[in-house]
Amino acid sequence: MLEVGGILSWIHEALSSSCPEWLTLLIEYVLIGVGFLALYALIALILILLERKVCAYYQCRLGPMRAGFWGLLQPFADMIKILMKEIIPLLKNDKFLFFTALFLVIIGSLCTFGALQFSKDLVGIDFNVGVFYVLAISSLGVLGILLAGWSSNNKYTMIGAMRAGAQLVSYELSSGLSLLTIVILGGTMQLSGLIEAQSETWFLFQTPFTWIAMVIYLIAGHAETNRGPFDLPEAESELTAGYHIEYSGITFGLFYVGEYVNMFTIAGIGTMVFLGGWQPFHINAEWAAGFNGVMDMIPTWLWFFAKAFGLVMLSLWVRWSFPRLRIDQLLHLEWKILMPISLLNMLLMALWVTVLVPLFA
Amino acid sequence: MGSSEIFVVVMITAVVMVLAAIIIGWLLAPKSKNAQKGEPYECGIPTRGTSWLQFRPGYYLFALLFLMFDVETVLLFPWATITKTLGPNGILAILFFLLILVLGLAYAWKKGALEWK
Repeated sequence: MLEVGGILSWIHEALSSSCPEWLTLLIEYVLIGVGFLALYALIALILILLERKVCAYYQCRLGPMRAGFWGLLQPFADMIKILMKEIIPLLKNDKFLFFTALFLVIIGSLCTFGALQFSKDLVGIDFNVGVFYVLAISSLGVLGILLAGWSSNNKYTMIGAMRAGAQLVSYELSSGLSLLTIVILGGTMQLSGLIEAQSETWFLFQTPFTWIAMVIYLIAGHAETNRGPFDLPEAESELTAGYHIEYSGITFGLFYVGEYVNMFTIAGIGTMVFLGGWQPFHINAEWAAGFNGVMDMIPTWLWFFAKAFGLVMLSLWVRWSFPRLRIDQLLHLEWKILMPISLLNMLLMALWVTVLVPLFA
Repeated sequence: MGSSEIFVVVMITAVVMVLAAIIIGWLLAPKSKNAQKGEPYECGIPTRGTSWLQFRPGYYLFALLFLMFDVETVLLFPWATITKTLGPNGILAILFFLLILVLGLAYAWKKGALEWK
C-alpha cells in the first residue's frame, strides 16, 4: 500500500532486466549510499529546525521565522552559510589526527544510523550480532572526540575531550547493560529478530524490568549525545565550545550534524528494542481485532518515525528543563546509581525469563 | 544483498561525505592569510606553552574501570542470547562470574576510586 518495499523491488527488477549483473550491483550500491546519505542529511536538517523551534517555545520565543514559511527553510540557509565559511588553516595542530577525528566521528555516526530499521522492508545493516555491532561501532565516536580534542593543541579542547571521554565511556556501560537486558528477554542479538519478537506485545509491556531498562537506556543515551544536563564536554560558559573549538566552517558543521543524528539514532535504537520498532500497536485480545486492523493500516515507516521522534522530543524536553551537572555528580550518577541498578535489573530479568515465566506457563 | 556489503557501502559513503564536504567548503569559502588566525583560540589571549602535557589522573582511572566492565559486558552477551534455553543452571553459573565483578566494583567503591577528587 504505502510501503517502500514495492518501490525497492521494482527498482531491482528494472535494473536486473536491463543491465548486466555487475552493473546492477554497482548501481544498487551507489543507490544505497545515496539513499542513506539523503536520509541522514534530511534527518539532520529536520532535527536542527526542531531543536531551534522547540527551544524557542520552551523559552516563550518564536524561533526562526524569516527564512521561508514559519522558518522552514532555516536549516538550508544554515547549511549554505556554513559551507561558505573558511576552513581556517591552523599552525600548531596535528593535521593528520585533526582530520582523522572528523572521519571517525562521521563513520561512527553513519554506520550506527545504518543499523536502524525504518520499516518492514527498509532494513539496512542487519547483522546476527546487531546489538553488539551497534554498541561497538558507536564507540568510534568517542575515539574521534578524544582525538579531536587532543590534536587541536588547545587547552579548552583538551579539557573538553577528556570530560567527553570520561562521560561517554561511563554511560556506555549502562546503555550496554540495558540492551543486554533486552537481549535476555528477546533471546537473540539480531535487531530484526528482536523486532519480530515484539509483533504481539512490545517489550515495554512484557515485563516490569523493561521499564527500568528503558529509563536507564534513555538517561545513558541522552548522556552519550553530550546534551542537556550532561553537556559538560561543550559547556559553552566555561570551555567556549569544548572539543570542537578549533574546527571551523564545514568541519565544525559535520561535528554538529553528527551529534544531532546521533540523538535520532539513540532514539531509533530505543524504539527498536523497547517500543517494537516498526510494529504497530496491538491489543492482544479477542475483542480488539478491529482496533488492531486499523493500526495495521498505518504504514510501518510512519510507526517507526513517530515513535523515534517521540523519544527525540523527550530528549529535547529534558535538555531544556534541567541545569548542567558537575563532573563529580555526573560520575556519581553513573557509577553509584545507574550501574548497580542496571546490573541488578539484568539479573532480575534473567530470573524472570528462566524461573517465573516457565512457572506460570 | 548481505549486511556486510551494506556495511562497507555505508562506511565508504561516510568517508565520501566527509571528503566531499571538506572539498566543497574549501572551494566555496573565501581564503585570507593572517599570522594570528592560525593560533589556538583561547579567548583572545596568546596561548602559553604547549597543550600536550600531563593531565589529571582521575580521567584515566575511570577509563580503566570502564575497560573492566566493558569486557564483562562482552562476555555476558553470549550468555544473554541463550539464557532461556540454559534455564536456572545458567544463572547459577553466571552468578559466580558476576559475583567476582560486583566484588571488584565494591572494592573500587570502598577504596574511593569512584569519588572525583
